[in-house]
Amino acid sequence: MASDEVKVIGAWASPFVMRPRIALNLKSVPYEFVQETFGAKSELLLKSNPVHKKIPVLIHADKPVCESNIIVEYVDETWSASGPSMLPSTPYDRAIARFWAAYIDEKWFPSLKSILKAEGEEEKKAVLAQVEEGNALLEKAFIDCSKGKPFFNGEHIGYLDIAFGCFLAWLRVTELAGGHKLIDEVKTPSLSKWAERFCNDPAVKPVMPETATLAEFAKKIFAKPTA
Amino acid sequence: MAKEVILLDFWPSMFGMRTRIALREKGVDFEYRDEDLRDKSPLLLQMNPVHKKIPVLIHNGKPVCESAIQVQYIDEVWSHKNPILPSDPYQKAQARFWVDYIDKKMYEAQRKVYASKGEEQETGKKEFIEILKTLESELGDKPYFGGDDFGYVDIGLIGFYTWFPGYEKFGNISIEAECPKLIAWAKRCMQRESVAKSLPDSEKVTEFMAMLRKKFGVE
Repeated sequence: MASDEVKVIGAWASPFVMRPRIALNLKSVPYEFVQETFGAKSELLLKSNPVHKKIPVLIHADKPVCESNIIVEYVDETWSASGPSMLPSTPYDRAIARFWAAYIDEKWFPSLKSILKAEGEEEKKAVLAQVEEGNALLEKAFIDCSKGKPFFNGEHIGYLDIAFGCFLAWLRVTELAGGHKLIDEVKTPSLSKWAERFCNDPAVKPVMPETATLAEFAKKIFAKPTA
Repeated sequence: MAKEVILLDFWPSMFGMRTRIALREKGVDFEYRDEDLRDKSPLLLQMNPVHKKIPVLIHNGKPVCESAIQVQYIDEVWSHKNPILPSDPYQKAQARFWVDYIDKKMYEAQRKVYASKGEEQETGKKEFIEILKTLESELGDKPYFGGDDFGYVDIGLIGFYTWFPGYEKFGNISIEAECPKLIAWAKRCMQRESVAKSLPDSEKVTEFMAMLRKKFGVE
């Protein structure tokens, strides 16, 4: 591999994999997308991420970087001259962005996933309430972070936009499956507008799967084996 | 008048220890406040409404939550001395990866070692030793995780060292036998003033763990 070539090991449906791809697109960095087969891990993946054996992995000049949010910061720092900064300019605002990204991964996404897996009305109601609570927090966070600008990061898409926005396709699939709107003009007006801006951005569009395609895929992987 | 930097913390917390060490590495004067976690202060609840957890770093009235985020914040604000994160983006990504690894793996595993019994404890012990061996392998023959200089990953891990005697006592394991290089590394870190000042006495931590075991009903 040439000394500065970039590869992303991943899968089209994974929101985590979308993160480094969006970041690379924002910096106009060409890369080879190496897709893993669902259910089988390649030699390259196991060699590049021996600790977690998970996607995404970014390989730059033969050196692997793992963990999606860490990869985004790496891309931002390495190609800092190729596009606007993905993190805010002050240490405090950066700490806030990192806080919400961590919250999204540790609390928000697990509760979103549980909606699709929830069995029975009671459980579904409880998880939905959790997600809605989280969305309310993120709606406020958006207002605080964006300070009137179009994105969490201000004028341009950044780290926190990517950390949250990558889940929008799965969010739409969950809404369809459950018949419940999670992000909309009434409950989360700012996030609703932000979501549209984010999904239509040229750096995001090519890597965000179509809701219908993702819904089909979700049916397959969440299919419960018949007794 | 209130100090510019306040740390809401809990003395045995290996996460709080990270922030204490980082502040001391930078020579930052701060007010340490110990929280009673069964009766959290209004300030804690106000400053960390999302998680209601310690540590919380309050700088000029504004809160920063999550220990790893606090350490990065401290490194960026007080950038004049003792850099904590490497400046090279690749090295930085590696440092972040390992602290993230510690955050994802250590806490659950170590809890099982001293606060569970039977099958759960045996599984926990195996996992815990695996994790320590992985970290030891990453350390290799370097004096510190980042190389010659004390840094982010060292700060991320060293707080757990005060809990080691407790794991050994209640888990019936010998960490020194399993991971001698890691113990050597820990002793090296303890030589550092910022670490020695920020870590509580191991004996007190072990007593605290004994109390928790009673509370969890494993004693």
